Amino acid sequence: MPKVTIDGISIEVPEGTSILNAARMIGGEIVPPAMCYYSKLETSGGYCRTCMVKVVKGSEKDPRPMPKLVASCRQPVMDGMEVQNITSPDVIEARAGVVEFLLMNHPLDCPICDQAGECNLQDLGYEHGKEGTRYEFKRREFEKRDIGDKIQLHMTRCILCYRCVKVADQLCPSRVHGVMNRGDVAEISTYIEKAIDNEMSGNMIDVCPVGALTDKTFRFKSRVWFTKPVEAHRNCTKCSGKVRLWFKGEEVLRVTGRKDEWGEVKEFICNECRYDKKNVSDWVIEQPTHVDRHSVISQNHYENLKQMKLDTQRLKAKLPENKTNGSK
Amino acid sequence: MGRQLLINDLDKEGIATLAGYKANGGYAALEKALKMKPEEVVTEVQKSGLRGRGGAGFPTGMKWSFIAKPPGVPRYLVCNADESEPGTFKDRYLMQRKPHILIEGMIISSFALGANTSYIYIRGEMMYVFHILEKAIQEAYDAGLLGKNILGSGYDLDLYVHCGAGAYICGEETGLIESLEGKRGNPRIKPPFPAVKGVWQCPTVVNNVETLAAVVPIINMTGDEYAKIGIGKSTGTKLISASGHINKPGVYEIELGVPVEEFIYSEQYCGGIRNGKKLKAVVAGGSSVPILPAEKLLKTPKGEPRLMSYESLSEGGFAEGTMLGSGGFIVMDEDTSVVKNLWNFTRFYHHESCGQCSPCREGTGWMEKILHKFLDGHATMADIDLLWDIQSKIDGRTICPLGDAASWPVASAIRHFRSEFEEYVKKGENMRDIQHYYRVNQLEATNS
Repeated sequence: MPKVTIDGISIEVPEGTSILNAARMIGGEIVPPAMCYYSKLETSGGYCRTCMVKVVKGSEKDPRPMPKLVASCRQPVMDGMEVQNITSPDVIEARAGVVEFLLMNHPLDCPICDQAGECNLQDLGYEHGKEGTRYEFKRREFEKRDIGDKIQLHMTRCILCYRCVKVADQLCPSRVHGVMNRGDVAEISTYIEKAIDNEMSGNMIDVCPVGALTDKTFRFKSRVWFTKPVEAHRNCTKCSGKVRLWFKGEEVLRVTGRKDEWGEVKEFICNECRYDKKNVSDWVIEQPTHVDRHSVISQNHYENLKQMKLDTQRLKAKLPENKTNGSK
Repeated sequence: MGRQLLINDLDKEGIATLAGYKANGGYAALEKALKMKPEEVVTEVQKSGLRGRGGAGFPTGMKWSFIAKPPGVPRYLVCNADESEPGTFKDRYLMQRKPHILIEGMIISSFALGANTSYIYIRGEMMYVFHILEKAIQEAYDAGLLGKNILGSGYDLDLYVHCGAGAYICGEETGLIESLEGKRGNPRIKPPFPAVKGVWQCPTVVNNVETLAAVVPIINMTGDEYAKIGIGKSTGTKLISASGHINKPGVYEIELGVPVEEFIYSEQYCGGIRNGKKLKAVVAGGSSVPILPAEKLLKTPKGEPRLMSYESLSEGGFAEGTMLGSGGFIVMDEDTSVVKNLWNFTRFYHHESCGQCSPCREGTGWMEKILHKFLDGHATMADIDLLWDIQSKIDGRTICPLGDAASWPVASAIRHFRSEFEEYVKKGENMRDIQHYYRVNQLEATNS
């Protein structure tokens, strides 16, 4: 098995693993961000350039460094390869440049965007971007469009990651969804205003890293951080039926696929589960979803309260005994 | 006049037809090649030292030897006739006047590579050339030069011309392959390279028109003889499309190694600068190579005269040199505005970017807008540094070389002509709508 060293940490990975996946196996800070790569979709990745890393040693056989930064999501590891991610100032600078490019024509309408709070671009900008922009021209705009009766396309927010195109290509037979035009006026679109009529099409919403494709049954209902995610399942003939329900009070506001720690859907779900089953009685509730404490969704989340409880207990233990006794 | 191997007999009558081409020694190389073994043809091309004429200058024989040969999988040869680099028009010239040399070169090359199906991918704007090629291919089929059992050798080849829709990005080999397959012309991510997985996921070689045409004289005169022409590793002849402020613009075939000064000023080539003006700058190999000011173009950093060859033009790296590229030689006289010219180039790259990867998609448009600000007279000194910073963030960060091609002209123009950018900033709105530099100077003369 090839051995790769990323930021000084070595790991042995199966043949053909990409640098990004090797980094994900190590985990932690050294994992490059990915806006377009999606492990469940074939041929995805390579477009956004945020996952670029520096290869300082090609392999054991050919130790020459690679002349350019490489997209880690599409570059397979070689035995003895040495990669720099957060330890290379070049990579950090290049990534900041990419963030600037991605945000250049982005409307930054987070206050009214449904994706805010679970947006990959927000996270990317926060973690890898620089303050302010040097772009002073008019930003690119598109008309809002419906693709199908359940999905709204807000092309202005799109970063052209091609994930939805790959979903249409690989999950939906007879695809009618693709990219039109080129350059900075390229847009994702359907074939001559044709609605996407396929039972797996809703997954486009889940794979979209920004607020370009949103669920029309959830639009403007609630900010995501006011909803509480819960894992649930049902017997579904079309998909695995394993979903995540987003509650506000007793009401299910939306249904999405379950996402893993890299923001990727674990199993794609069908449109029936997504749009038509919004009663609690349709579902078998499993457990509350673990929400990373860095996520804004974790605010007011009971897991945090539990965490706080633990802390108070620790605090109590630290206090002098007479005081705790005294409070009794 | 040096030796001409490709366009030597264009004045002969009927050279565009099969009969005329055969009367002038055409298809002799094919007969010779079909008697050889395919590997011997590859060896011959390797010996000749022929380098790709499309821009990158990669040794053709080496490229052919890289092609994967899994059993039972067909191999393909694709001719890249999507010539759309601003300043380059040599392939169109050759195909239009002598289509059979390309067809002959393609049959020999396909034979060498073991391909039974080959494609010519031609740019959509060149529809009339498409018709010329279609006609020539039909002639070749009728004469038994294409199809089953070519000239009784037992070798079969089908040749198709495919017309693109006129996108610069489809001149990039993987973008071309995607387009040929009927998809959106987005370049693929490499690896895998086309030599392993190309058209229909089969091993493919993509070569430029001129490269494939040059195979014909190589077989005719043997690779060793061909290698004697030229200088050093730049062997053979090269078509140069000379344009701009020269007395005799046009397509010239030169032996590689002609001094640049001789090429610009001698009567047999460009014939000097128009109206007796002085030379200001030259873009030596099509719009994507770095622009060079006259003094750096004519002399290498070592003080020797610069020659028209791959090595000599790139001597001094990107700071002091440029590239031979595809041979689009654009000459600018002293009245030309480098900033305006750069804006035009950048506008082209902005328009032609496929929009796949973010640095090129967003960066090219941004650079164009900033350059437009210069022309409008609203730019500030900080914009020059900003422009430099943007190009440095595109260069080498994209999937295909279009990003590099968009950033190199900007980098070189700022590097060599920074004062001119500053002048645009200082003079502000006076520069607006002024096409040429000299009008500003005239304006100043009348004002003072």
